[in-house]
Amino acid sequence: MTTETVSRPQTTPGRRRAVSTPARVVTARTVRYGLLVLFVIVVFIPVYVLLVTSLKPASETGVTNAWSLPDAWTTESWKLAWESLSPSLWRTFTLAIPASIIAAVLGSLNGFVLSRWRFPYADLVFTLFLFGMFIPYQAVMIPLRQLTLDIGLPSGIPTLILAHVVYGIPICTLIFRGYYATTIPADLIEAGRVDGAGMIRTYASIILPLSAPGFVVTLIWQFTSVWNDFLFAIFLSNTRNGPVTIALNALAGGQLTDYAASMAGALITSFPTLVVYIILGRYFISGLMAGSLKS
Amino acid sequence: MRHRIKTWGPGLLLVAPSIVAIGVFVYGLIGSTINLSLTDRHSARPAENYVGTENYGNLFSDDRFLHSLRNLAVLTVVFIVGTIFFGLLWALLLEKGVKGEGFFRSIYLFPMAVSFVASGVVWRWLLNSAEGQNAGGLNALFGMLGLDFLQNPWWSHPTWGMAAMALPAIWQLSGYIMALFLAGFRGIPAELREAARMDGATEFQLYRHVIFPQLSPVALSALIIVGHMSMKMFDLIMAVSGAQFVTEVPSVYMWQTLLTSDYAKAAAIAIVLLVIVALLVIPYLVQNARAERGR
Repeated sequence: MTTETVSRPQTTPGRRRAVSTPARVVTARTVRYGLLVLFVIVVFIPVYVLLVTSLKPASETGVTNAWSLPDAWTTESWKLAWESLSPSLWRTFTLAIPASIIAAVLGSLNGFVLSRWRFPYADLVFTLFLFGMFIPYQAVMIPLRQLTLDIGLPSGIPTLILAHVVYGIPICTLIFRGYYATTIPADLIEAGRVDGAGMIRTYASIILPLSAPGFVVTLIWQFTSVWNDFLFAIFLSNTRNGPVTIALNALAGGQLTDYAASMAGALITSFPTLVVYIILGRYFISGLMAGSLKS
Repeated sequence: MRHRIKTWGPGLLLVAPSIVAIGVFVYGLIGSTINLSLTDRHSARPAENYVGTENYGNLFSDDRFLHSLRNLAVLTVVFIVGTIFFGLLWALLLEKGVKGEGFFRSIYLFPMAVSFVASGVVWRWLLNSAEGQNAGGLNALFGMLGLDFLQNPWWSHPTWGMAAMALPAIWQLSGYIMALFLAGFRGIPAELREAARMDGATEFQLYRHVIFPQLSPVALSALIIVGHMSMKMFDLIMAVSGAQFVTEVPSVYMWQTLLTSDYAKAAAIAIVLLVIVALLVIPYLVQNARAERGR
């Protein structure tokens, strides 16, 4: 990725410092860091509210002490949220893990063929795939629901796995195609071909062993988007058989919202993707770059 | 020719399952939705007749639909301007390699890992419309800071409410745009900056005439990414305001229409949405494919 590989222009600051007055440099640096810290605070405001409110007893969640710390800290709301979300939380794992793995495997195979074992009109096929990633899914949702009913797929997690695999193919293919095009030299494949290696052997013995970083990026991206999905979930499942976003929306969306419980629920719901982000953030950014077609 | 097929045939075969899946689930189902939108299926019972473009005609004389399009336009403009402003500002603050860059980058980007449904819980609280004595959320914060004049009804405002609805989206996506711009900055060769400085360009001139023109492809990507996300926006609105008229956009209207079992009308709304997104995305995909071929 460009941010990692391009070295910073370390030679220039010294030169510039010699030209401009030190006072100006100091001021500029102070303003720069001041702004950076200010924006960190702004970005964290919602997190502060989530944490603080979730730890307040119901009596304190009124408007008068909205921004203050709890007088009496309590994890009551966390228990409440956990009770109402935990069944769907486990369901979401049984959705996101298989949907990510299947889509990643398909993406790897497609990416390999579309970059290094090409057929006529491979680029056209690729562009037609990509369009599938940008469409508003409302445009397929009504017949999709009918189709899954017709083929007898149980509503809920099985239907959602199918949907996330199929509509995940474009982004997974995109990430792997870009990855193979930049990391695996065409000569290497050609050499294998001259030696009579078939496609499957080439994939298994050359491509697959070098694919680990591609799989990490794709799995993170796919896991995060499946975990966070609400649109497919609301069309293809319900609170009894659907993922956690549906359960959270039900918990938070009532007429008399229990803000403490719904904020605890929002934190619980976000926990898995945040852990992934904190541990593997670097790969997460690579996925983002690929998503803009700028890998 | 047979020999040629022998070389590329297996590749096509390997991608075939995905081609079939995308063909059926993207293009086939879009066709099916278009077909449905041309019928008189306004209830759960099957369609009886084709009615041509009647459903589309009705939509464009439907005040509620026009209102949802207007909302979408306001949301999209504010969303694009906001994310590009903050994304570019953060990238500018970070691009020269400040100490702790990785930390700031991770903080600005983390909202991206959270679902709109989860962040919607807290934004619903922050964008509380009550003012004065009963103020909650951000209005209460403004009250505490003596900035009462900033208090406003947020998304409940009948004309400009959608601008407030863009705030959570800006909070969530600005980090993404920052990452795009940062990669753009790092892609500019150091010699280019050096050369401009040698020629006696001031910092301002350097950015104005050398660096920003180099970033226009990145800005275009950012525009497309944020623009198409905004046009598809559904989760966030459902989580922050629920399905309310004042914040209704086509995707929400489509969902509400489907709940009344007016399939043909829901399909027509979905197709209008698809056309709007396609007008934005297809030129981008074509341009991307051309640029790749030229590489």
